[in-house]
Amino acid sequence: MSTARAAAILLAKELRLEFRTRELLNATIVFALVVVVLFSFSFDPTSAESRRLGPGLLWIAFLFSGSLMLHPSFGREQVNQTLDALRMAPISPFALVLGKMLANFLFLSAAEVVLVPVFAILYNVGLTGVAGRLTLVIVLGTFGLCVTGTVFSAIAAHARLRELLLPLLLLPILTPLLIAAVEATASLLAPEPGLDRGWLALLAGFDIVFLTASWLLSDFLLEE
Amino acid sequence: MKARVPVTVLAAGLMLVAGYAALFIAPDERTMHEIQRIFYFHLGCWTAMFIALGIAFVANIGWLLTSRPRWDWLGVSAVEVGVTSCTAGLITGVLWGKPAWGIWWTWDPRLTTCFILWLLYISYLLLRGLIEDPARRATLSAVFGIFAFLDAPLVYVSNRLWPRGQHPAPVIFGGPNSGINSTMLRTLMISMTAMVVLMLIVLLDRYRLERLRHELDELRVATERGNARSTLAPVARS
Repeated sequence: MSTARAAAILLAKELRLEFRTRELLNATIVFALVVVVLFSFSFDPTSAESRRLGPGLLWIAFLFSGSLMLHPSFGREQVNQTLDALRMAPISPFALVLGKMLANFLFLSAAEVVLVPVFAILYNVGLTGVAGRLTLVIVLGTFGLCVTGTVFSAIAAHARLRELLLPLLLLPILTPLLIAAVEATASLLAPEPGLDRGWLALLAGFDIVFLTASWLLSDFLLEE
Repeated sequence: MKARVPVTVLAAGLMLVAGYAALFIAPDERTMHEIQRIFYFHLGCWTAMFIALGIAFVANIGWLLTSRPRWDWLGVSAVEVGVTSCTAGLITGVLWGKPAWGIWWTWDPRLTTCFILWLLYISYLLLRGLIEDPARRATLSAVFGIFAFLDAPLVYVSNRLWPRGQHPAPVIFGGPNSGINSTMLRTLMISMTAMVVLMLIVLLDRYRLERLRHELDELRVATERGNARSTLAPVARS
């Protein structure tokens, strides 16, 4: 079976599993909302201040909710040793990792679709006119987050203290992604919106480097 | 291990010469005066760190390709030594920053990159402590180590693009108007060599310790197996 087809089947499985309960998605959205609301107490949310601090706030909310949401990705497979069953399937290990990456990407994107308008309303930030470019930045950033996060979820699943370990491994590695995404978002929310190609290139570079590394290393990741 | 004593003596000698040269022989720097002398060791720490983390990266790949335990021993030893050099580099940097720039810390690309690297490799060591099975620990930490190493240039580029630098432009190989006094350069080379040799000696000792631990574990398992056998079949052993 081709890797793409196997990944698609596994993606469908992840989506079916999640939409039976929607518990992960609901918890992630509520958590991200809590972060966004709590941040409003750390500064005076006038329009100018929000434009300055909002992008960082938004991406910190994405990163925190992502790093919590990604743990069940592999953690969930351990309860009934279902990962062993998946490992025995005649598919490449990368298909398994890729299916989970795409599922996590869709879950986090769904949470962001709810979160961004709420953020715009609560902090008086206008998004009309930049929606398309903002979507591009968010998609690139979220994808990079899910690529590294899924791999680290597989690593942390075998360790003790795994819920705590995943953010610890993930957040420092996401520094370049955070800087690029925050700066790109900030330039889009500025009074005169613009988008620096350098930041987009960096986000795309991050995605490509770590997707390639995951592809090369996925054999070892799922080794028994 | 016969070479250890002479190499250690050599390193100690180099350290003494480097320390003496940095404090008494190297000329006074024009703008920073005495403060600048810490630089001879500050730069040595970073050189040692980059070499150690490079060795760790090679060792991580080596383990994944060959599954020979010695690569894993080398990997963890190199990361520990690298983190130590990084800590020394950060501390000497902070000590230098206060008198030279007037602030202890600034979010400059080079500082930030090294700080993030420090955090990443601390996480690597934490991760190793939290996985029981030795083979799995080696494999998963190697994968993480490779990710961490790949992240370093991205962290640097992202901070470089961020317009808020504090470090001076390169002095050595920095363009037509840059350059360094030849005595200073010689002192710098000696102290950098001394720091790198020191790092390598510590690395080799740490590697030996890891190998001994591994041997001890194997002996312990063998003894336990032996004991189990003797309780199963209590043959008189006079």
